[in-house]
Amino acid sequence: MTAQATPARAACPGCVAAPVESTSPVPEDVQIALSLPGIHCSACIATVERELNAHPGVEAARVNLTLKRALVKATPDIRAAELIPVLERAGFEAHELDPGALSATQTDKAGRDLLMRLAVAGFASMNVMLLSVSVWSGATDATRDMFHWISAAIALPAIAFSAQPFFTIAWSALRVRRLNMDVPIVLAILLALLTSIWETALSGEHAYFDAALTLTFFLLAGRYLDYRTRAAARSAAEELTALEVPRAIQIVDGTEEEVAVASLNVGDLVLVRPGGRMPVDGEIVSGQSELDRSLLTGETLPVFAEVGLRVSAGEVNLTGPLTIRATAVGEDTSLHRMADLVAIAESGRSRYTSLADKAAKLYAPGVHILSALSFLGWYIYSGDIRTALNIAAAVLIITCPCALGLAVPAVTTAASGRLFRNGMLIKHATALERLAEVDTVVFDKTGTLTSGVPELTDLGDHSRSDLEIALALAEASSHPLSLALAKAAREAGITPAILRDVVEVPGYGTEGCYRDQRVRLGRAAWVGGEDGEQTAAWLASGSHPPLRFTFTDSLRSGAAEAIAAFRAAGKDVILISGDAQGAVQALAGKLGIENWIAKALPQDKATKVQELSDQGRHVLMVGDGLNDTAALAAAHVSISPASALDAARVASDIVLLGNDLSPIAEACDTARKATRRIRENFRIATVYNVIAVPLAVAGLATPLIAALAMSTSSITVSLNALRLR
Amino acid sequence: MEVLAYLIPISLLLGGVGLVAFVYTVRSNQYDDPEGDARRILNDEWDDKPRP
Repeated sequence: MTAQATPARAACPGCVAAPVESTSPVPEDVQIALSLPGIHCSACIATVERELNAHPGVEAARVNLTLKRALVKATPDIRAAELIPVLERAGFEAHELDPGALSATQTDKAGRDLLMRLAVAGFASMNVMLLSVSVWSGATDATRDMFHWISAAIALPAIAFSAQPFFTIAWSALRVRRLNMDVPIVLAILLALLTSIWETALSGEHAYFDAALTLTFFLLAGRYLDYRTRAAARSAAEELTALEVPRAIQIVDGTEEEVAVASLNVGDLVLVRPGGRMPVDGEIVSGQSELDRSLLTGETLPVFAEVGLRVSAGEVNLTGPLTIRATAVGEDTSLHRMADLVAIAESGRSRYTSLADKAAKLYAPGVHILSALSFLGWYIYSGDIRTALNIAAAVLIITCPCALGLAVPAVTTAASGRLFRNGMLIKHATALERLAEVDTVVFDKTGTLTSGVPELTDLGDHSRSDLEIALALAEASSHPLSLALAKAAREAGITPAILRDVVEVPGYGTEGCYRDQRVRLGRAAWVGGEDGEQTAAWLASGSHPPLRFTFTDSLRSGAAEAIAAFRAAGKDVILISGDAQGAVQALAGKLGIENWIAKALPQDKATKVQELSDQGRHVLMVGDGLNDTAALAAAHVSISPASALDAARVASDIVLLGNDLSPIAEACDTARKATRRIRENFRIATVYNVIAVPLAVAGLATPLIAALAMSTSSITVSLNALRLR
Repeated sequence: MEVLAYLIPISLLLGGVGLVAFVYTVRSNQYDDPEGDARRILNDEWDDKPRP
């Protein structure tokens, strides 16, 4: 989280600095958006809305379960930081969202536009179908002509409105002399309308108005599904960005001011509170603390920070408030420079051709040639341009890519929906297909396989009296190691010793007086211990030598299951970390990973992934830090947890929304199934064409046969896709 | 066959009514939270009287 001002009753009891005065109140009501990843049922909705509405100052709260979000209208003095503890007490995880980053999704114009066109095509096709059924069941002469004219009167304006997306895309493709899926679609629709009007004017028997409309309807349905899937992914990705409210505390003439990170300049003084993330690159000008650099380098050991140390955006301040002078802001920070690396790697990924593109490449020219040949053949055979045109139109309609247009979006919608319910967000259109090909999985350690929260490992090695003192000292600090020690000791039933004058010395530890003896808990150098490779805190009490408390990074839930599932599926699992040898080895041993690399630099990770790809392997990279970004972008497909840095999430195809890692293995399985369904759907569509096309070419196809073939194939592929849900 | 003179306009009108109703639901944001709306009907909070 970015540093931000919290009101007096802040959620975090460790916030040592005094609260800043809130920015000057705006007279209007404010909109607060909260992300609620844990809600899932009607009771959740009711509880959340009741709790929020009961909070003084809240005027209206509404939960959106689809987006797992609550929108709160409140008086201006209400801050999201007040509402979050309210919900947490009720048992719901809640995070503040930046309304600025969300505004784009509020008015979903494109989606509505497609839905309207879909509705118009649907209603028009139903009406025309009604008239066509009367014709097929025996209406003749004047009645038939009248029905055809009414159909034309409905179909022409309806198609002019609803088929516009196809017209524009086909036209933009033709202008650059290329063929895409939309060219044959537009040709089929226009040719069907043209021959039908011609036939109707000559009191002919066959008119294809219903076919032109149902074709438009089914294709729009495919487009809409496709759009919905992508819009859902985009809005969820936006939500992740919105989770990091970009605010910083700037010091102007000695007073603290809350400003947007974007407005900071080089040379500005910025205050970063304990628990806050560095908003800019800079140099420490005052204060002492410890820094957590794990997101940038993968190291789990906190780094001691004092005046003069250079810090990078993204590092987390742990113990004392720090004032830094900005040396690089915004796009120039080391965090953002990584984006260039990502852009280079991404261009390689876009070379991947999806199954749909492969099908379209075969389909579009094939259909044109087939229909042109049947036109020519019949024209030479019968010499009648009307018959020839009629048959060419029938061929185009029957081969219509309805089933093809639905085959991929229906499956990806079903698969993405299923993965989203499991807590995975598919960001990239071809991510599922690429995920299905994975044979090697590369994991990062810190923040990915581990949760980044330390855990005390040697509680049993210490005497009760020592633990009592350590607990009393640990409870005076919000340092992650102190919190871990306090938690472990409390769980073991230890009660804190009574100390006097307990103070936290930022960057070093805490000290106090126990029975007139000075006791200290903190860094090795400060307490008098020896620095080792393991994460440790030292306790000095009385005369005996300092005691060491060792910690390990706790395993993320589901990590063991995910790795076991990958190994069971016969995939190679590799662990690459920037952390020290000992820590990586211990974790690899615990999880049974034989192949591991420690102390890897960001370039090493990317090179290793590239090497594997060059060997013809399809690599899935799972990572969260800045040091993983290049590797994430270089991999065949990549996954990052929601807790990852923005840069890492941007570089990855799939984002894991929950804390649990186990859905990853399942996602591979779902992806494989989805690809199989897509291939099946293509086969089903082909079978229908193989049966119906000869009839059309032979001139035996009637509008009834066209309607049947089209509808059954579209419905079959949609139902096949639904099997995935 | 004169009956067609009534039935065809009626069928078109009914189709039109359906379309207008659909357009209304889209414009009044009724598809924003399909999952939540499906669950809200199970909520018994406002069963006795409508929400004020």
